[in-house]
Amino acid sequence: MSAVTLKINGQSHTVDVPLDMPLLWALRDKLNLTGTKYSCGIGVCGTCTVLVNGVPMRSCVIPAATMAGAEITTIEGLDPSGNHRVQKAWNDEDVSQCGYCQGGQILTASALLERNPEPSDEDIDVAMSGVLCRCGTYPRIRKAIKRAAKAGGAQ
Amino acid sequence: MKRRSFLQIALLASGALVVGVSCDKKTLAGDSPAERWTPNLYVRINPDGSVIIVSKNPEAGQGVKTAFPMVVAECLDVEWSKVTVEQAPLDDRYGRQVIGGSRGTPDGWDDLRVAGSAARHVLIAAAAKEWAVPVDECSTKDGEVFHADSGRTRRYETLLELAADMPAPDVSDLQLKSRPEDFKLLGTFVPGVDNQKIATGQPIFGCDTRIDGMLYAVYDKCPTFGGKVRSANVDQVRSMPGVTHTFVVEGTDNLNGLLPGVAIVAKSWWEAQSARKKLRVDWNTQHADSTVDFDRQAEALSKHDGSTLRHDGNVSAALDSAKKIIEASYYYPFVSHANMEPQNCTAWYHDDGRLEFWAPTQNPKSGRQLVSSTLGIPENDIHINLTRIGGGFGRRLRNDFMVEAAWIAREIGRPVQLQWSREDDMSHDFYRPAAWHHFKAGSDADGRMMAFDHHFVTFGRDGEPVSGAGLSPNHYPAGLVPNFRLRQSIIETNVPTGPWRSPGHSAYCWAYQSFFDEVALAVGRDQLEFRLDLLSRSFGDPPLDLERTSGTLRLAAEKAGWGQRDPGASHGMGMAFHYDHGGFVSHVAKVVADGSHVKVEKVFSAADVGPIINMSGARNQVEGAVIDALSTAQLEISFANGAARQSNFSDYGLLRIDQAPEVECHFIQSDNPPSGLGEPPFAAATPAIANAIFAATGTRIRELPFRRAGIAI
Repeated sequence: MSAVTLKINGQSHTVDVPLDMPLLWALRDKLNLTGTKYSCGIGVCGTCTVLVNGVPMRSCVIPAATMAGAEITTIEGLDPSGNHRVQKAWNDEDVSQCGYCQGGQILTASALLERNPEPSDEDIDVAMSGVLCRCGTYPRIRKAIKRAAKAGGAQ
Repeated sequence: MKRRSFLQIALLASGALVVGVSCDKKTLAGDSPAERWTPNLYVRINPDGSVIIVSKNPEAGQGVKTAFPMVVAECLDVEWSKVTVEQAPLDDRYGRQVIGGSRGTPDGWDDLRVAGSAARHVLIAAAAKEWAVPVDECSTKDGEVFHADSGRTRRYETLLELAADMPAPDVSDLQLKSRPEDFKLLGTFVPGVDNQKIATGQPIFGCDTRIDGMLYAVYDKCPTFGGKVRSANVDQVRSMPGVTHTFVVEGTDNLNGLLPGVAIVAKSWWEAQSARKKLRVDWNTQHADSTVDFDRQAEALSKHDGSTLRHDGNVSAALDSAKKIIEASYYYPFVSHANMEPQNCTAWYHDDGRLEFWAPTQNPKSGRQLVSSTLGIPENDIHINLTRIGGGFGRRLRNDFMVEAAWIAREIGRPVQLQWSREDDMSHDFYRPAAWHHFKAGSDADGRMMAFDHHFVTFGRDGEPVSGAGLSPNHYPAGLVPNFRLRQSIIETNVPTGPWRSPGHSAYCWAYQSFFDEVALAVGRDQLEFRLDLLSRSFGDPPLDLERTSGTLRLAAEKAGWGQRDPGASHGMGMAFHYDHGGFVSHVAKVVADGSHVKVEKVFSAADVGPIINMSGARNQVEGAVIDALSTAQLEISFANGAARQSNFSDYGLLRIDQAPEVECHFIQSDNPPSGLGEPPFAAATPAIANAIFAATGTRIRELPFRRAGIAI
């Protein structure tokens, strides 16, 4: 066990974690931040995506103990009121079916728009191809990202 | 219209008006709605104007949680924003509480409309009485009763007490809206009611359940289905960091129930899962099913006749006299459900003997029975809270995860969350079974299929097809050709199987509709014209509504421009129709090929499921099903030594966004009773795509996944 101070959604949390415990389980089981979801556990499906210093990362394979000092954003922290342009676009296009993977999709999409405000279809495919969806919401994810891009704005 | 439902109207202590719908008049005898009243559904209008309906079925992505209140809002005539939904727990008063068979919408349609319409009826009656005007001079708009002649209006919430004193209307007298042209809200695009919670990461899924003092569990089962524990190093595992309990569960022989295994419980899931790496179990296994052996048996069986399930006319004679004979064999493999949320369940065995669950299950009642019979706990002492479900697809009709969580919870006496790993999930599924279809068709001089001989080789136990492995002898083209024979042979298996989105149909539709393409091309006919002709005559009872089926096929073909334009070099179009679970759906797919690499550009879909309730939800189901079908056509579960060989998305890779086609949906709306849409759009998508691939590449796919034919997506 080691104590690590994680900065999550702007707040500092000090937690005791086993050295190899992935960030995903520190979030879910130590901090009860269950918005970040488990699905594959080996970093291939993207469901557990969080932003680390603004970059999408697979929280199921990054040890929490290595995350001291990093700015971590989970789906709970993107905008808790749901007014981030990507969250709004996700509602307007009614992207979600079961919704389980959508936290990872939304965070990945918001990071894409931060670095590329007007992504092409191909840019979207490249940025989003790491996050799987079993319900098949991909066409709406494309539409929602374009809608959010049009909305523009600082967020 | 004769309806067998009954109404009760009551005023609650809070001042809320409640309208309940029940199938059984006796259950309305109670005078206290909260305790003795047993409606299947009720609508509550609160003094603040908000409207609540109780949803008895959980949401798994199929959209009922949004569609159901829309129906009530339409019939009650209130603003959509006023209606909210409460999720019911498992409660026998609600009748059937199962997500399956695309039955939520058709089952709920009448009760929802009755509840909304009856509430509107008594509110109008109350206002008319107050104003001393005839009822038929009054009407409603957006939560208000108005009397046009006098210009008077009353908000519903100001009429609740008066309305409660009005006599309940006879259900048969209510005019229920059924025609799409009469709808204001229904048929429009309405975003899901839980979208905000999903987009902000609120705890709504089963695995998000958190209880003070809760522990986390993993459950290690034998990779070979049903293997028993001879011995395990539980003492060593128990000493691992964070671990609180480790014990062997003897289990049962029921493949759908509590299988033998070792439970490891810890302060976090990661610690339980880490300790599991040190677990060493000596398993006693009884069988060694393998894909290699299945293939060998199927090959041998294909040379036998099998047992005849149906024989119309005289197939042998018709084939002997046929102008042309077309023969082909098709094979599809086992596939897994691969819900994004791996199976999990939270359970708490309380000190007083009550067992409480937070369960993402599609079938809570059967879960309660399984737990009761396995643990010997009376059903009355089992309470099941229903959570949102991270993908159902039929997997969660089985409740193995519930009975495992229950056993562990009783053993440790603390709230516990059992979370399966992805590997547990993929290697302990109830798979969609594989099958072989051997077809032989004969055509006459006009190129019409007049004989169809079909040998179906499937999987079974004790001579009967296992769950999901049966084929109805009345399935088309039975009834569409004068000489028809269906024969069946069975391979015995220990592999657990079960319902998988549109069970059976989701697999064999591809075989039938691919073969129809082969026949059409062999006799030199256009694939659309051939299919429409096939659907123009029946011999005996037609196996499906010919007109509605043809309607969807014509519409999809028209929208895709079938036969109208040259698809272009390396491009191809393909089509298929299907009917299942009450819905008629056809697809036309358009693909472009670069050698053996194919991109599915666009799928044009036409569905006839009666009136559309939520246009967004309906399109979502069609778009999702098409993509799911393309995804599944790339996947396979195989077996060796009685165990599944695939274990995660690394070797069972779902479709990714860059491979997903655009899907253009069209609906033929009517006042036929609505069907669900969770299942019907799936089946015809696979063959439409496969037929388009043939058109583009000349490669006929007769085995799934596509890569067996050398095709990459």
